[in-house]
Amino acid sequence: MSALKSVVRLLAVPALLVAVWWTATEGSTDYFWPPLRTIVGTFDDTWFHGRLTSDVLPSLLRLVAGYLLALVLGIGAGVAIGSSRTLRAVLEPVLEFFRAIPPPVLVPILMLFAGIGDGMKILVIVTGCVWPVLLNTVEGVRALDEVLRDTARSYRLRRGSRLVHLVLPGASPQIAAGARQALSVGIILMVISEMFAASEGVGFTIIQFQRTFAIPQMWTGVILLGVIGVALSALFHLAEARVLRWYTGLRRAQREG
Amino acid sequence: MTMTTADTGTMLEVRHLKKVFQGRGRTVEAVGDLTFKVKAGELVCVVGPSGAGKTTLLKCVAGLLDSTSGEVLLEGRAVTGPPPGMAVVFQEYGRSLFPWMTVRQNIELPLKEKKVPKAERQRLVREALAAVGLSDAADAHPWQLSGGMQQRVAIARAVAYEPHILLMDEPFAAVDAQTRAELEDLVRSLWKRLGVTVLFITHDIDESVYLAERVIVLSSSPTEVLADVAIDLPAERDQLGTRSLPRFAELRAEVYRLVQQAKDGERPSTIGKVAR
Ligand SMILES: Nc1ncnc2c1ncn2[C@@H]1O[C@H](COP(=O)(O)OP(=O)(O)OP(=O)(O)O)[C@@H](O)[C@H]1O
Ligand SMILES: [Mg+2]
Repeated sequence: MSALKSVVRLLAVPALLVAVWWTATEGSTDYFWPPLRTIVGTFDDTWFHGRLTSDVLPSLLRLVAGYLLALVLGIGAGVAIGSSRTLRAVLEPVLEFFRAIPPPVLVPILMLFAGIGDGMKILVIVTGCVWPVLLNTVEGVRALDEVLRDTARSYRLRRGSRLVHLVLPGASPQIAAGARQALSVGIILMVISEMFAASEGVGFTIIQFQRTFAIPQMWTGVILLGVIGVALSALFHLAEARVLRWYTGLRRAQREG
Repeated sequence: MTMTTADTGTMLEVRHLKKVFQGRGRTVEAVGDLTFKVKAGELVCVVGPSGAGKTTLLKCVAGLLDSTSGEVLLEGRAVTGPPPGMAVVFQEYGRSLFPWMTVRQNIELPLKEKKVPKAERQRLVREALAAVGLSDAADAHPWQLSGGMQQRVAIARAVAYEPHILLMDEPFAAVDAQTRAELEDLVRSLWKRLGVTVLFITHDIDESVYLAERVIVLSSSPTEVLADVAIDLPAERDQLGTRSLPRFAELRAEVYRLVQQAKDGERPSTIGKVAR
């Protein structure tokens, strides 16, 4: 019953928006705003006859590779910087600077160094995704509870187990917040990296449709990207809920107590 | 438990310990000049006014804080970092347990680190939990327990570690009176059963007299030992009987008077002779 209710609540607004779009464009003759009915009608033809493996899959693989690489780099460097006061003092202003650069402007620069292949596109995703992960990890490690640190030290936990049992789990709520931001940045960069120079990919395909005035097809690409974004964020939430189950419980206990 | 002690039977020796905190434009002399000894197997309470540097003393003894001068010797060796064979129970019980671990994992982690074999580990965890009356809570997370239970888990973790010396920093300051009485009796019974040396910091005078064999009274900051009071109460203590003994009242009054003097800024040099 309540499950049904929450599903209704979840889908009410999207359903409304789709309905508005559908009726508003129903009789549209505007070339750039084709009826939603037409767009949906071309969806199957556009994507499900080869493009799923030739374009969508390569895009997603690059996203996953770049995102995971950014996680590893961001968490690794974040733990190192967060654990060392000197490193923090020296690097923090620089990090803020790099974070402030909009990642898309790096694409033309990275093309010079890394060419126009998969490597460049993954690199673009990494350079965009790494900052939120890094800065949040630094913050999470820095804010670790003093008493917990003292506890770990007094029981003589070695460096390795301090990392595994204290630092990483202690910073995990913050790391997850950074990873969530990074995911949306990553999806944007996955598309943008393909708009400059590419021969396949979702972003490339959408630009291609636009240039050839295949307008309904272009719209299906936009919808597909939206669906991919929602699916990835749902996956993320699933993983986060598992990893941070203790944190949810702790927060609830603190609120009630 | 086997005891490895220096030939003199001294477990802990604090010599002219001094700790000055250097802040921005502010220096605090938290500990002035502390000297005392604790014999192996003793249960010693340290009382002193708030801000007297009790926590600072404990952290120096635990090797969590470097002293400005003076030294701390544990079993004859100078303490430069957290020594083996020592367990600490902090005042902030809620923050000293790893919230991402279950009670069992919390207790087991230091044992894993000590490379205690698995079967032995499981036995130690089981016994420690039984000793603090929490056998049913092994698979709960700390935040699912009440404050008193959390502090019990912290004690169980310390006990399972089989330390030679147990340091406790106002461990019961934040639990209700009933729980507090139970935990006091728990500490006495564990101390008697395990023969562990206990250094127990508190600001509660009744608690110090009830628990200890000796009470060390600190002066206010910069801290020195103001007095060292032997508690000659019977070894078998219980909350009602012991606390209604005339001798308990006398000792309590004496410690109370000393703490009052400490608050008034009295120093060992000004009272001339140290009560013994
Ligand atoms: N890390 C620190 N930096 C600067 N000053 C400190 C630090 N820790 C403690 N102090 C100062 O040292 C003095 C003694 O503090 P400490 O916590 O040891 O007292 P305490 O006896 O444990 O007090 P309480 O009974 O309130 O717990 C205080 O004036 C405190 O402000
Ligand atoms: Mg204190």
